[in-house]
Amino acid sequence: MKISEVVKQLSLDVLSGSENIGAEVTGGYTSDLLSDVMGNIKDGQIWITMQTHKNVLAVAMLREASAVIIVNGNKPDADMLEKAIKEGFPVLATNERAFEISGKLYAIIQ
Amino acid sequence: MRFEYKIEGGDFTNAGLASSQIKKIMKQVGIEPQIIKRTVIALYEAEVNIVAHADKGSIKIDLEPDFIHMILEDEGPGIADIDLAMQKGYSTASPMVRQMGFGAGMGLPNIKDNTDELNVTSEVNKGTRVEMKVFLNK
Repeated sequence: MKISEVVKQLSLDVLSGSENIGAEVTGGYTSDLLSDVMGNIKDGQIWITMQTHKNVLAVAMLREASAVIIVNGNKPDADMLEKAIKEGFPVLATNERAFEISGKLYAIIQ
Repeated sequence: MRFEYKIEGGDFTNAGLASSQIKKIMKQVGIEPQIIKRTVIALYEAEVNIVAHADKGSIKIDLEPDFIHMILEDEGPGIADIDLAMQKGYSTASPMVRQMGFGAGMGLPNIKDNTDELNVTSEVNKGTRVEMKVFLNK
């Protein structure tokens, strides 16, 4: 499934990287611990988190996540968003909690 | 090929810079994705350790035909008990660093899992030296 389809089905806001939402999603990984994500996320997965600082982007891009979903209505910090726009990396946002959005993502990509 | 970087303690906005540049270079020279992944995980964690714990540090990386050799040296508090620091879940990170989602005690274990050779030496109140090697043909 493409990121764009996930965006549509989960009603996510696309804050950056709209030019790259045609990429394939291989799964999801939900965590707020950066080293956990660093060690365990797999290529092409969507990372679901409530963290909003620039290091999220560094980890997501280093580990080739397909996108990041920021939950709980949180907004990315200005420097995170600026870099995401510059790099064309999809940062998505939702008012829902990590549990709900993870469940919905799981249901549509299995 | 040799690459050198300087790191400032506490400068989280630039954490991961060396890792992302090295990743780019390894991709360009056609190194296997799985090897790049291991290198990047180890290097990023080691970089973040300096940012999170030390005053300042330096990175020296040699990319050779058969392996990548990385030495990270810092000036800072050092590690009193390296065996303890290698244990999953053990961390001395500040509350601010933990709030950012770092300091889960997974950095050194991630480094160990993703390198072929690892040597950590440290002197309390002086600094820490982390030497890592990843073979490119595994």
